[in-house]
Amino acid sequence: MQKDNDILLLKGNEAIAHAAIRYGYDGFFGYPITPQSEILETLALLKPWETTGMVVLQSESEVASINMIYAGGGSGKCVLTSSSSVGVSLMQEVIPYMAICEVPGLIVSVQRGGPGLGTIQPSQSDYRQATCGGGNGDYRTIVLAPCSVQESCDMVGLAKELMMKWRTPVIILSDGSIGQMMEKCILPPYTPRRTDEEIRRQCPWATNGLGLKDRKPNVMTSLELDQALMEKRNRELQKKYARIQQEEVRAEHYHTEDAETLIVAFGSAARISMGAIDNLRQQGHKVGLLRPVTLWPFPEKEILELASRMKRIVVVELNEGQMLRDVQWASQFRCPIEFIGHSGGVIITPDEISRKISEMGKL
Amino acid sequence: MDEKTIKSPQNIVYQKPRLMNDTPMHYCPGCGHSIVHKLVAEILDEMGIEEKTIGVCPVGCAVFAYRYLDIDWIEAAHGRAPACASALKRLWPEHLVFTYQGDGDLACIGTGETIQTLNRGENITVIFINNAIYGMTGGQMAPTTLMGMKTSTCPYGRQADLHGFPLKISDIAATLEGTCYVTRQAVNTVGNIARAKKAIRQAFENSLQGRGSSLVEIVSTCSAGWKMTPVQSNQWLTENMLPYYPLGDLKNIKD
Repeated sequence: MQKDNDILLLKGNEAIAHAAIRYGYDGFFGYPITPQSEILETLALLKPWETTGMVVLQSESEVASINMIYAGGGSGKCVLTSSSSVGVSLMQEVIPYMAICEVPGLIVSVQRGGPGLGTIQPSQSDYRQATCGGGNGDYRTIVLAPCSVQESCDMVGLAKELMMKWRTPVIILSDGSIGQMMEKCILPPYTPRRTDEEIRRQCPWATNGLGLKDRKPNVMTSLELDQALMEKRNRELQKKYARIQQEEVRAEHYHTEDAETLIVAFGSAARISMGAIDNLRQQGHKVGLLRPVTLWPFPEKEILELASRMKRIVVVELNEGQMLRDVQWASQFRCPIEFIGHSGGVIITPDEISRKISEMGKL
Repeated sequence: MDEKTIKSPQNIVYQKPRLMNDTPMHYCPGCGHSIVHKLVAEILDEMGIEEKTIGVCPVGCAVFAYRYLDIDWIEAAHGRAPACASALKRLWPEHLVFTYQGDGDLACIGTGETIQTLNRGENITVIFINNAIYGMTGGQMAPTTLMGMKTSTCPYGRQADLHGFPLKISDIAATLEGTCYVTRQAVNTVGNIARAKKAIRQAFENSLQGRGSSLVEIVSTCSAGWKMTPVQSNQWLTENMLPYYPLGDLKNIKD
């Protein structure tokens, strides 16, 4: 049964903080940066260390934050951090360590305009950083893209499930608009944090000393001086990634059944595109949307299938065309592919999308 | 007397610590690391706390510390061990969490993490091996390289105008409110080894009792990096390192 305080009007960032406590995370480690500081601020205000026992620490930098996540996850705890574009760039140092050591952990990336310090307005220009890996080596991270406050909340739970199931870092790729806008949010019931005994059973690989007298020591290390052994570890990782691609693709359809033009957009751009689709449909244009919910693994098969029956695909992004390449690749160019976008923190409007699609004319 | 009698418990006056395994060490002859490893293993064994101990390895010569001591270890990125240890101790408040770092790791690339962790008063122990050189990468200048000392990246000797000054990071650490114990030790003589062991033990006890951050600097030799024999290294350490990095407690707040 829902209690009154389970339904709140929240910013996307605040919803993530509430969700982390309620889903039973053990710790948050983060550094302030606009437009995501409400995550740390909300946690500081809610004081979960007095209720669920969740640790909250303001770190000295994003470099420190990601190392805290690496060590915390490596010891079997369920931990998260959050940052925005330039801050997430600093985290690239250790995300590869987490990937190869198979350390679970959640990184919430609330994007702003770039490159560099850029702006503090919403953007999606870190799509490649998140999906292709901004760090060194052959690795991938699962990337989830919320398009609402509710989904920001729910994905904190989904991320916990996925990161523990696959022992891998997971990124929630939000942006300044999803993080800052306020919507009604139904919060999940409280899941208790795991006990030491549960951690010991679920994470026999973790470096926490538990039960050491009855087992070999656990070591978390990415270092391997023997190149053949390193390649072997890489190949094992690739096998895991192949399974993730088979099992974890998520995408949402909006009016694709009868569509002749397909918009492919994620996150806030998908939300805006839905407004455009409603306008266009009133004008008689058969337009639909495919919204990748997981950006990696990417819904390649669905895009190929849709591309085979569409007259046109329009990729809409708040960047200069990053997911565009993945859509082109997945569609095998079975139909013409156009791009509509803005970057640097400029937000596209439903009207602009409607107008541009109308202007593209009939095929 | 047969071998069994010789090895009987009452005859054993010295043995390899239980938590140290038989993996051959990669350390050079005369290096201080192996001695400090042994001290850590002995202390953990004596305290009987290996089931609630997490060690954090550095990048540097001690990068493979996890191969030699049979406890759980996490290998940190270069300089980031204190950040890892901060999270571990907060998430496992009853555990002993310690880092084991060299001068390049702790006092150069990881200075930020070191100072901030100690300043927060994280209840961890930092073991800091200061041999004034980058050993693992082949003998480059370290933040603690002495003035005039030659390395592969200051082949004409460290000069203030080109390279700045050797960093006494333990002295800085002693000024921080978060530290309860900052001490500088050495393992160049039998007496100093005994004192170093006592210091590490005290630091570990501080960490378990939640007294704040403890930093144990061990002024050490690097015979390969210094291009000396082990005996010459020990002499050079006494004559050159110890005058600049004098031994003893820099801070020791009891209770």
